[in-house]
Amino acid sequence: MSTDNRPLSPHIGIYRWQITMVMSILHRLTGVWLSIGTLALIYWLIAVAAGPDTYAAAQSLFGSWIGQILMWTWAFSFFYHLCNGIRHLFWDAGQGFEIRTFYISGYSVWVISAALTVFAILFVYMHGGHP
Amino acid sequence: MSFRTPLGRARGLGSSRQGTGHWLAQRVTAIALIPLSLWFVISVMIHLRADYVTALIWLHSPVVSVLSVLLLATAFYHAYLGLQMVIEDYVHDEWLKLSALVLIKFICILLAAAGIFAVLRIAFGG
Repeated sequence: MSTDNRPLSPHIGIYRWQITMVMSILHRLTGVWLSIGTLALIYWLIAVAAGPDTYAAAQSLFGSWIGQILMWTWAFSFFYHLCNGIRHLFWDAGQGFEIRTFYISGYSVWVISAALTVFAILFVYMHGGHP
Repeated sequence: MSFRTPLGRARGLGSSRQGTGHWLAQRVTAIALIPLSLWFVISVMIHLRADYVTALIWLHSPVVSVLSVLLLATAFYHAYLGLQMVIEDYVHDEWLKLSALVLIKFICILLAAAGIFAVLRIAFGG
């Protein structure tokens, strides 16, 4: 029984890129990015617990341009992972497996998560100056 | 060169008979995180530029403390389950994979403990 030269499952290299696979990969990427983002969340909580000076330092770090950019990437990652996660839960319930529905729900996730991110940015900038 | 037959090598490498628990835990934490994380993100959006006293008063309320502890525990459990899956799928070197899994587990538990401690310290005014 030869173990080399056996058929492989199709490699990613010969696949045409399609929205469904991009979204699947992005779900994992946003999940990993959000996991890294928990560091910022824990830092903020510890800063509140530690006192006004540490809190002020944390606030100025989050308010810096790099802090703001990171915040908005985490905001988009959160809304995307949330919307696509709900899409996954529908699949787990056995719903939405028609190819047409795949595309409709996929594009809906893009539109809704982008809209929620823009709304969040506008809300924060209008509510209290810069974030 | 191993003298074991291909069948002998393949035996016992099938299902570990515990995948369902992982799958289910990931879904249940995901469902719990929908309301918890939405509540938290909206609250953070409102308090993002808050001064120290406002942030402290917000975190000081019992409802916020309890929900924050629940959010931290659920979020880090969910994060660990997801990161574990990513490592298992993409890290193929056995030692590197095992080390990464243990390291990620320790980091998740450490961050969750630190976050919950901070919330409790604020709640009890330490």
